Amino acid sequence: MEKAIKRYFPIFVLPTFVAFIFGFIAPFVMGIYLSFCKFTTVTDAKFIGFDNYLKVFTDETFLHALWYTAAFTVVSVVLINVLAFAVAWFLTKGIRGTNIFRTVFFMPNLIGGIILGYIWQLLLNGILLQFDRTLTYSSVYGFWGLVILMCWQQVGYMMIIYIAGIQNIPGELIEAAKIDGANSRQILRRVTLPMIMPSITICTFLTLTNSFKLFDQNLALTNGEPSNMSEMLALNIFNTFYGRTGWEGVGQAKAVIFFILVALIALTQNWLTRRKEVQQ
Amino acid sequence: MKKKMLSLVLGVAMVSSLLAGCGGETTDTDTAATTQDTAAAVESSDAETTQETTEEASAGTSSGEGSVYYLNFKPEQADQWVDLAAVYTEQTGVPVTVVTAASGTYESTLKSEMAKTDAPTLFQVNGPVGLASWKDYCYDLKDTEIYKNLTSDEFALINEDGSVPAVAYVIETYGIIYNKALLNDYINMDGALITSADEINNFETLKAVAEDIQSKKDELGIEGAFTSAGMDSSSDWRFKTHLANLPIYYEYKDKGIESTDAIEGTYLDNYKQIWDLYINNATCEPTLLSSKTGEDATSEFALGEAVFYQNGTWAYSEITGNDVADEDLGILPIYIGVEGEENQGLCTGSENYWCVNKNAAPEDIQATLDFLTWVITSDEGRDALANEMGFVTPFKTMADYLPANPLVQAANEYIESGKESVSWNFTTMPSEEWKNGVGSALLEYAQGTGEWDAVVTAFVDGWATEYAAAHAEE
Repeated sequence: MEKAIKRYFPIFVLPTFVAFIFGFIAPFVMGIYLSFCKFTTVTDAKFIGFDNYLKVFTDETFLHALWYTAAFTVVSVVLINVLAFAVAWFLTKGIRGTNIFRTVFFMPNLIGGIILGYIWQLLLNGILLQFDRTLTYSSVYGFWGLVILMCWQQVGYMMIIYIAGIQNIPGELIEAAKIDGANSRQILRRVTLPMIMPSITICTFLTLTNSFKLFDQNLALTNGEPSNMSEMLALNIFNTFYGRTGWEGVGQAKAVIFFILVALIALTQNWLTRRKEVQQ
Repeated sequence: MKKKMLSLVLGVAMVSSLLAGCGGETTDTDTAATTQDTAAAVESSDAETTQETTEEASAGTSSGEGSVYYLNFKPEQADQWVDLAAVYTEQTGVPVTVVTAASGTYESTLKSEMAKTDAPTLFQVNGPVGLASWKDYCYDLKDTEIYKNLTSDEFALINEDGSVPAVAYVIETYGIIYNKALLNDYINMDGALITSADEINNFETLKAVAEDIQSKKDELGIEGAFTSAGMDSSSDWRFKTHLANLPIYYEYKDKGIESTDAIEGTYLDNYKQIWDLYINNATCEPTLLSSKTGEDATSEFALGEAVFYQNGTWAYSEITGNDVADEDLGILPIYIGVEGEENQGLCTGSENYWCVNKNAAPEDIQATLDFLTWVITSDEGRDALANEMGFVTPFKTMADYLPANPLVQAANEYIESGKESVSWNFTTMPSEEWKNGVGSALLEYAQGTGEWDAVVTAFVDGWATEYAAAHAEE
């Protein structure tokens, strides 16, 4: 068996590998090359060196988008994970209708980001109308609107991961803790949390990268209005690339910087939470 | 235990990649793919993007004859172009694809379509500034029927070496469209300030009437004098581009120039006056403007909720068939309080220029030119342009084909009565970025979160910076 796999592995790997090259490696390499070029369409690029990168850091909208995204990421990672864990905690207690609740909480995930963005735009604008305001009145409204939207969409998904983690905790550990006289709070802190560290790693990783790379929800909810003040990084890159004549290369350079940034943050986070995982 | 954890992790990884695909989140970490993705998202998410390929069932005849791919700018006429393309294909067997970019996404759609192997053979630019970024793609139209049939050279963009990269195909006019029935209701009220719409021939009267109508809106059964001056991207061009044309026009006129590298903003106070009038006498509070769309304004006007609506002849197809009868449609020049404006006419010009893609295959270029010739010379093409799309075109062949659009007829009456048309100088605005800067400042001022000074800064300083940036790159 082992031998057969060894012999035929290229055949099994090939389709995925080819797709990976065309869908990932090639555009990635091309993207890096384009970030050093001036171009209108991606097929007629002219090499100009580091000019694009210099322009990136003189662009105020990019710097604004950077801290706006960072603030959003911090708030949403904390909120989504706390809420998801809380919901998961309650839905593993064996309450009646647990399955229905789980399904309902998970459902928002099945709706695409653009649609969600428009739905929440209508809902939130409807409420804000009572105060003669709209979502795009100032970036503060847009910020909290996005946080609400993302929580609503992602809590259910993270909840499923946390439920899986909690259900994986061996019953005897909890039982032993109880016999030793631990109250439910101590069980939560000393047994449950350390045991679900792998779930926490995954959930923080997913929410962190998702928040940082958020695009469709941002586009549909506020589209960066007013004055690009509620524009997050991905949308800023998109608008630079497509919105400003002559700035295509700068948009590409931003995208490369964006990639490095997301990779760095994700790896650091992974390393940090990994250390806390317990070996069983 | 470890095994279970592993399968959990694997499961999550699998589902999350699924989520990335279906959830429409841009989770691709590579850069080029992200831009591809988002382009696709914009295209596919927008219901307005219509695509129709008309190909002969017996494809054998069309091979080697070339084909036409037209990326259309005007969503108002999307269906009509598709129908016209189908007629052409039926008659000649040449496949014609018409794709219409959704409102406000033309440049981005064009950028991604041009990079494809089957790039558009026929596309549009909005004037000299738009042409600057596509000049390397423009086929010289000098020897083509569409250029030869132009009534005047002013409808073509001509390079210094005499080549013709772009030809206008529609002349449009804008101003303040008004509802004659509602205005007559007002005139028949006690204490009306005017006795006929003709008396509105300067800013003071317009302002007095609009404010009076606004104060009597409940008696008139309307929501406001003006439609909402929405600053959503589907509507903000009416103000940051079209309305901004007037102060630019008067400044150019004073100086006797046609474009400039630095605008002074001599007429910005007039710009403020008219903007104040729009936002304070409208169907909604100024704080709500940021999310009001073009559709909002159109429907307010078409349903008879507002008397005045700043827009152009192209809006007719969207207004007609609702509560406002065709004979009730009138149009006023946009008065901004400049001396001698009683003689000012409507704003007439073009920002729709046809360009043929130089990099397309020779047979495709030929097919495209043939198609264009057919459009402006054949009965079907001329009928579609004038009657179905409602275009006034600058072609000699179209002399007998004038659209039934009442706004176009009203516009012609202004010209015949000797009023001086305002030219479209916004084609000389330095960049989209400049327009966005002005638009944002206008919005902030309207909703009370910014000062008028910011508009002045964006207008004057922004012009200089953007002009320098646009020309430094050449």
